[in-house]
Amino acid sequence: MSKALRILVPVKRVIDYAIKPRINKASTGVETTGVKHSMNPFDELSVEEAVRLRQRGEESKSPMKVENILALSAGGPKTPDVLRTAMAMGADRAFHIDVPEADGSPEPLTVAKMLRGVVEKENINLVLLGKQAIDGDQGQTGQMLAGLLGWPQATQASKVEIKDEAGTVEVTHEVDGGVETLRAKLPMVITTDLRLNEPRYASLPNIMKAKKKPLEKKTLADFGVEDTRRLKTVKVTEPPPRKGGGKVEDVDGLVSKLKELGAL
Amino acid sequence: MSRPQWQRLLRSRWAVRSLPTSQAGHNRFAARAAFSSSARRELMEMTGFTEEQLTVREAISHICSKFPNTYWQERDQQEKDPKEFHAALAKDGWLGIALPESHGGAGLGISEATMMMQTITQSGAGMAGAQAIHANVYATQPLAKFGTKEQLETTIPNIINGTWRTCFGVTEPNTGLETLKLKTLASKTADGYSVSGQKIWITCAQVASKMILLARTTPLEEVKKSSEGLSLFCIDLNRDQPGLDMRKIKKMGGRAVDANEVFFDNYQIPANTLIGEENQGFKIILHGMNAERCLLAGEALGLGYAALEKASQYAQERVVFGRPIGQNQGVAHPLADAYMKLEAAKLATYHAARLYDTNDGSVPFHSIGVACNSAKYLAAEAAFTACERAVLAHGGMGYAMEYDVERYLRECLVPRIAPVSREMILNYVSEKVLQLPRSY
Repeated sequence: MSKALRILVPVKRVIDYAIKPRINKASTGVETTGVKHSMNPFDELSVEEAVRLRQRGEESKSPMKVENILALSAGGPKTPDVLRTAMAMGADRAFHIDVPEADGSPEPLTVAKMLRGVVEKENINLVLLGKQAIDGDQGQTGQMLAGLLGWPQATQASKVEIKDEAGTVEVTHEVDGGVETLRAKLPMVITTDLRLNEPRYASLPNIMKAKKKPLEKKTLADFGVEDTRRLKTVKVTEPPPRKGGGKVEDVDGLVSKLKELGAL
Repeated sequence: MSRPQWQRLLRSRWAVRSLPTSQAGHNRFAARAAFSSSARRELMEMTGFTEEQLTVREAISHICSKFPNTYWQERDQQEKDPKEFHAALAKDGWLGIALPESHGGAGLGISEATMMMQTITQSGAGMAGAQAIHANVYATQPLAKFGTKEQLETTIPNIINGTWRTCFGVTEPNTGLETLKLKTLASKTADGYSVSGQKIWITCAQVASKMILLARTTPLEEVKKSSEGLSLFCIDLNRDQPGLDMRKIKKMGGRAVDANEVFFDNYQIPANTLIGEENQGFKIILHGMNAERCLLAGEALGLGYAALEKASQYAQERVVFGRPIGQNQGVAHPLADAYMKLEAAKLATYHAARLYDTNDGSVPFHSIGVACNSAKYLAAEAAFTACERAVLAHGGMGYAMEYDVERYLRECLVPRIAPVSREMILNYVSEKVLQLPRSY
């Protein structure tokens, strides 16, 4: 295997994290029309990490250079927006997998199978993806992809370090009460967590350059995948409104109230 | 949003484990959330903008979100230059938005630059934020078009990357609108020029290292045509050199950004500072004036929408006599009216910018002039209406610094007055469109 990284960064266009989601009229999902969308924040972290791996390679701070960063996203006609953002941040090229907007997002297993197809066709040796998308919050794709490929995986990375030219990678992730460091060899799948880095804002010259970078339109069928659905959303509802608490006079009052409620 | 709040948000929504507070503040995702007010849908109708304009808006909003209203309140109160803001925009290449790609710019047009300026004022930065960079975006246009190879290769990249800041030196105490009568004299010496005279309302002169200077190189009595005899220079503002003095002007709004009287007394400048041909300076700056009208119109719009957003929010939240004050038509209608005025001015502004950018000879020059002047006029008036009504909708709180609208009201007088008065625009339209005899 050659001594350069060919990174795949799948990204998703989701409702902007700062928008308060509202349930649609039919109670089948979250209202998306006319709502600001941006790149899933966890995916911004993956793009940033890929670009940083390249920088570290160029500055000889990392034993492996980055040969190519491919950004990919599946969705409707507005999907290229997030792909341009990814390319403005530093990805070299992008695939837009055309999935009709009306169908909603494909399920994680479908996405994972599609990504497997891309990995094989494009000779990818590192997949960096967000640990979850903030719309579906399923958090499954990375793990499923690693399973399908039979590759090692390191989830929720807070630090990624290439250790040698042979492709040994050390990934730190946070667990309850501390950090855990994993070591594996390329090819591998890494999912990213909030602490990994601070994604950059695309600079104006890079936004302009991104317009000229190649963006190819593909379909699921190009990677031998069908958009089969195993799950049906029955109903989406708002959480019940919070009830106001009660007030107690003093500590004694608090203790007796807690006893009354069976908490003590 | 306070820090504990967003920590909770991140924990609950995305299950971040054991978040050490020391590191938490470094995450941009979190930092952005801390200042974000974008949970509300924005008032301005966003359809009809180009993809480029939307990209600019989004990227500039991100940068501006790092500079909350409290930053601008403080700068305004302390009259302190927002140099971090200028640096942040320079770092990501935004000062070169409308400069040619061959000199490190982005090669976009005035339509995009106007959107950038609007996004800046609308973020809460107001005119102070716009004026901190305005001249760097606009006064560099004639330099890029007429400058020598040396000027293009040294000055422009340094202005784009923020190493040098520039100011624009045209206005004089006795020749505000009568640019052709300006008196500052640049007389030829053995190896350059000696400048004497006075400039006024020079924004950012205290922090600038360069000035795009318009000065007379042929006395008014000796010129054949009144539009000749002026020359444009790109000079160093070297305070250690004799003959240069400047004084800050205390002013009503935009106090973070300095405005100055600048005095030249036999201030020596080298010959290679001349931009374009000698005595053709007026024609050269004329080229950029319509562009400046568009930028100013955009700045006014942003200020107006910012004020209106504050006002409509306050009118929803403030409860008097058991209901939000916005439920009273006496409060709601003036705001609704202000909104429609802003929308109309917005259409005029981006129409003018589009005409300016077309620039292929298919649009007569005077149509562009009328469109750009109308846009500046309409946007400034709409902004004033919105800002004044925003203060009134806030009642007593509108008078308090904390609510920002008093700052916007003070600042929105700038686009009404500068760079050309309302009355001169009315004169221009009377003469050029209505074909009425000139009154002055």
